[in-house]
This record gives sequence, C-alpha cells and structure tokens, in this order.
Amino acid sequence: MLQRLEHLLGIEDLTREQISFILDQAKPFQEFQRHPLKKLATLRGKTVALAFFENSTRTRISFATAAARLGADTMNLQAESSSLKKGESLLDTVRTLEAMRPDGIVMRHSSSGAPEFVAKRLGVPIVNAGDGTHEHPTQALLDALTIRDRKGQLEGLNLTILGDVLHSRVARSNIHLLSKFGVRTTLCGPAMWVPRELETLAPNVRRVTRIEEALDGADVITALRVQTERLHEPALAAEEYILRYQLTPQRLQLARPGALVLHPGPMIRGLEIDDAVADGPQSCVLEQVTNGLAIRMALLYHLVGGAAVEPPPPGKVPDKAQ
Amino acid sequence: MPTTNDRLLLLKNGRVLDPASKTDARHDVLVHGARVVRVGPDLTSGDAEVFDATGLIVAPGFIDLHCHLREPGQEMSETIETGTRSAARGGFTAVCCMPNTQPVNDNASVTRSIIERAAAAGTVQVWPIGAASVGSEGEALAEIAAMKDAGIVGVSDDGKPVATARLMRQVMDYCNSLDLPVIDHCEDPSLFAGGVMREGPRSIRLGLKGIPAESESICAGRDVELALLTRARLHIAHMSTTAALEYVRHAKKLGMRVSCEVTPHHFTLSDEDVRYDTNYKMNPPLASRADRAALIDGIADGSVDAIATDHAPHHPASKDVEFDRAPFGIIGFETALALTLGELFHTGKISLPRMVELFTTGPARVLGIERKIAVGSPADLTIFSTEHAWTYHASESPSKSRNTPFDGRTFRGAPVATIVGGQMVYRCERVATA
Repeated sequence: MLQRLEHLLGIEDLTREQISFILDQAKPFQEFQRHPLKKLATLRGKTVALAFFENSTRTRISFATAAARLGADTMNLQAESSSLKKGESLLDTVRTLEAMRPDGIVMRHSSSGAPEFVAKRLGVPIVNAGDGTHEHPTQALLDALTIRDRKGQLEGLNLTILGDVLHSRVARSNIHLLSKFGVRTTLCGPAMWVPRELETLAPNVRRVTRIEEALDGADVITALRVQTERLHEPALAAEEYILRYQLTPQRLQLARPGALVLHPGPMIRGLEIDDAVADGPQSCVLEQVTNGLAIRMALLYHLVGGAAVEPPPPGKVPDKAQ
Repeated sequence: MPTTNDRLLLLKNGRVLDPASKTDARHDVLVHGARVVRVGPDLTSGDAEVFDATGLIVAPGFIDLHCHLREPGQEMSETIETGTRSAARGGFTAVCCMPNTQPVNDNASVTRSIIERAAAAGTVQVWPIGAASVGSEGEALAEIAAMKDAGIVGVSDDGKPVATARLMRQVMDYCNSLDLPVIDHCEDPSLFAGGVMREGPRSIRLGLKGIPAESESICAGRDVELALLTRARLHIAHMSTTAALEYVRHAKKLGMRVSCEVTPHHFTLSDEDVRYDTNYKMNPPLASRADRAALIDGIADGSVDAIATDHAPHHPASKDVEFDRAPFGIIGFETALALTLGELFHTGKISLPRMVELFTTGPARVLGIERKIAVGSPADLTIFSTEHAWTYHASESPSKSRNTPFDGRTFRGAPVATIVGGQMVYRCERVATA
C-alpha cells in the first residue's frame, strides 16, 4: 500500500513509489490543460491558503490557477502585506490563517525548514512551494514529469545542472528526486557555488569544473537562474559567468543529440542561457510551466481533497468539466 | 551573606575525590559552618547532622566557567535567582556569568549589582566576567581595573570575539598587569557571515547557511599568537574545532598560560544531529563528527582544561521560530554532569578523577584560584552519583527557559547534593540516603 501523504515538505523523504504515484496522477491533469473549459468541481467548497512569505509570481500563480481549476477557493497572504512585517511571528501568522479553516496551506518562505516548522505545529496539510535554499518539491516533480514525457523514462539518464547550485532549492529537490531513479547528476558552475559537499546529497552526484566536460553525454540540462539578489555573496562579474558557464548553441552540441534543456525560471536571457537555446527545439521551458499546473492540481487533489481516496483512472479527467 | 553558621554537617562514607591532593578514598568529611574542619575515615561528631554519602562521590564544588544569567536586562529568559537555582541542581557551587547583559557588564556598578543580586538569591556563588571593551563593542577598553576591584574574575566580549587583533593585544597587556585571564569567543566575523550551523554535508542538505570551522580556529590562532607576544593568560571559550585545539596544544607545549573549555553539547552531539529544531542551534555550532572525536581526545589527554556549560537561556517564544531566525544557545547546567558521565566516563574515555578535575581544579586553575577538600578550605562541595538512573525533564527546571535538545533523555549518574559555604543549596530527593 502506498503511504498517503500528509504534507509535501520535500522530495528527500519521499519513496520512488510515492513520486511515481504523483507523476501518474498528474497525467490526466496534463490532458485537462488542453480542455476548452478548465474548471472542475473536485475541490468545490475547499479552501487553499496561499501563504507566500517570500515574493513569487510564477509559483503563486501556478498554485492559484491549479486550485481554481479544481474548483477550490483561495486565500492569499503575501509578504508585502504580511503581518510579519509588523513583527508578528511566523507561528502566530499561520495560526491566524489556520483559524480561518483552510483545507491546505501552500507555503513559500525564505527560511529553510519553515514549512516543516509549520507542519509540526498545525493540523493542516502543508505544501512546500520553496523554502530557503532547502527544497522546491513541486518544481522537481514537474521537471521529472517533463523529462519522463520526453524521454519515456527517467532511469539511466544523465542530468547536468549548471550554475549556482549552492543556493538553489530547485537543484537540491531535482538531485534528490532523479537520484532515486538512478539518474547520474553532474554539477557545474563557479567553484564557490558548487561546494564538494553537494556530492554527498544523493548517490551518483559529481562535480566537474569545465562546462564542456559537464555537457558531454548529458541527456538533460538544467540551467539555474543566476540569482542577482545574492549580491551579499562575493559578486562574480556577469561577463565571467557568461564566458565560462553560459549555455550556448555551440556548447549544447556537446550534449547527447536531442538533450533536453530545462530552466526553472525566471530566465535571464543572455546570462545563464543564450536566446537560441532558450527558444530552440530542445528547450522545455514552457512545457515545464504547463506541467507545473498538472503536478500542482494532482497534489492539491491528493492532499486537500481529503475525501478523494482513489486516484483518478489513468488517462481520464477525475470529474467532468463544468 | 549568611553571617553566622555554626552548624555541623558530617558527610559519611562517601568516596572523596580531591584532585588537588590526589585523594581518592572512602572518607568522612566534617563541615563546621562554612569550612571543612576534618577529613578522614570514621569521623564522629555527636551533634552533627549526618548525610549518608555511601555509594556517592564527594568532590570539591564544581565551577562553571561559562554561563549566561541574563540579568540585568533579559529577565524574561532568566534571572540570577532562577539561573543559580538551576546551577545548584546541576551540582555547580560557583558559576561565571558572561557580561552580555543589558546593560553590558562593562563597569563596576553592574558588576557590584550582579554580585549583590547573587548574594540575595543565596544559592551558588556568582563570579562575573567583565566585558573587555565598552559595551563589548570592540573599540575602547572597559573599566577593567574597577571591575576587578568589584569582583570580576576574568574578561571577555563573549557572544562575539574581541574585535580586532590590536584591541586584543591591548586587552591582554592590560589584563596581564591585573592578573586576569582573557576569555575569548573565537570567531572570524567575515567567515561566520550570518551562518546558523557548521558548514558541511549536513548544512548543505538542510539548506542552512554554514559556518566553516576555520571561523573559530583562525581567531584562536590570532589569540595564541598575541598571547605569545604579550605573555597574557588566554582562555579559549567553548572550543569546538580540532584546529583550535591544536593551537592550544602548541601553546601549552611552549609553556604558555593558554587554556580552553569544551561544552557537554559539543562532545555529545555533532552537526549530523542538527535538524529544523532550534534547540540544535548554538554558537559555536555543533561540530563535525571528527572534531567531536578530537575534542574528546583533548579532554582525555589533558589538553582541555575544563568542561563549561555555556548555559544560554532563551525564553520559549524566542526559540519557537524559523531556524535561521532563532537566537543561538541552549540551557545546560542540569545536564552537564550527566552528559559528561554518560559520554566520557561510562564509555571509558576518562577516569572519574579526571572528570572531577574538569569541573573543579581545571576551571580553578584558569581563574588562578585553589579548589580542594582540606581542613580549613571552604565547604563548597558537590556530591554526586555515577549510577542513579533518571530522566531529564526540562519542564521541572527552575530555569525560566526550556531550550535544550536533551529534554526527555535518560541518564546514568546525577548530582545528589550541592553544598555552598556549608549550606546545602540543592538536595536530590530521588536519590535515597540516610
């Protein structure tokens, strides 16, 4: 029997079976995104709180849309308007939110571990929408779904992650997830952003210094965003980054034919990725966004739709569009 | 201060462990008033109150070189009264409180007020540490001589390092002339840089900002060099790294007056134990497993002079927050002895006499004082069991704070009675004695 998820706090503690289950559950929701009338009644009467203690546009809109398409109502809490700015503790803020009886809380926070902190103290399912430099599990799930669709399976693939891996929650979640499926991961970026301890995160993770070597044999390439807000770190000149690590069409040719290019967004064209690659046939960037909706619908369906115990039949939408 | 105390107290049949005289024998100890008056086998005294110490260790009073009592200024977390009661339960007869109160203990009037409040509380002795610089801000020298007259036993800007090498040199020169030890919280602020746990595989996995071990050892190296230059007495606080320990070993080999302390949490836990629980957040952070092993070696081979708690109370609401927003530190008086017994003695890493040294003559030597059980010496005594089985419940502590990773832990060995100036300030009811 598959362990029913109470929360989605990270990928690290999920089993391969649980991950496959979520990816399978997302399949009908992928189909659904092409439906002309994108509204289900599955979560009608349910409320999903979107607690974004750290700014987010893409992820927040994706969760809000996923909730809306499932028929749920949403409550919004945003960093700028949050009472945290007025000195309220996180615990008091989320307890206030809980008192409004949401059926699930989607939470983003700049502190690693904040969703776990909240999950241990509230009785509401918590979905981690990114915590500090720890995990971003829904991004890893939508990336896995994208890769599995294009490559048929995850097993045996070579993944290359480029950029600021140290500060990337996306990278950590991706490494945890894909490693469970036997994917070999190569990390490459400026040395201070790719510390050797990253190799201990999961099996089959290695670091290489030169991008040419990192791309050799790659089936999937994830270019991470160069986080310009990390200015308190010793700044690296953008020109240096471009010279050594930008994903260009020439460099992409070193990867396996048909290698996929992923980017968690927002993308800075001309910095970590060249236009021609971002818009090229190997790019999955927009597919990732659409798959994000499917993954988030599947998760909300599973975590918030407490009554719905049975997964939807494969290939079929779980409820007729309204 | 209690003025007259003519009471006779006879501690019967305990194993007296006195590192100063290298005594390890079944003896009785007769206390009259505030002094030890006789030590020897089969003592009798008709009208003395008798404490049966059969099966227990009778040691000189334990000294904690490093704690935070939070008064004045942070009484929500602790007061001198609650902190010293907790210390007494931990078997400590004297504690050195760090100066990072509000206001900072950087002048004689704060020092005097701490000593007066401690006397009024009437439990264990409180020996304040004065700030090295005004406000511990690392600029001007604090009123160290006036504080010494008022009763400080050392100086430190604890919570942070003495800011610059230049200031440290001045502090050392000046304290040398006053015969005071300089205690440093070793940390390189530019490497520390907002970190919240030790840098390593675990910090990478948790996505918590790491502090490299070199943050401590670079500063320890600076301090040892300056101690060599100034010939000052240097004591490295809450040491947590192999490299800092090597600097201390090197200094000792050169015959320098350099000493160090290790906390029970640093020899019990490692960074691999850290989780998203702020009771695992302390500064210095829990070290790597290799560093932890090196610290234990240093304790066993004599390189480490003392075990100190770094008791750092924080009221519950301040710790019940996101990991990176929580203050550093845990409470430690009541678990110190039991952790030391469990991790170091029962595992065979150190002998019982060595363990007693680490709580008595070791810290005493750092402060330049004596600690012994002898005729005429002050009746500051710690009586403990190496075997008593018990469970630690932070909720039962007289401390105002509950921030400890050891809540609910079961232990073998505990303080049984704490005697300060002939007064029994703590007596563990759970251990039956006659």
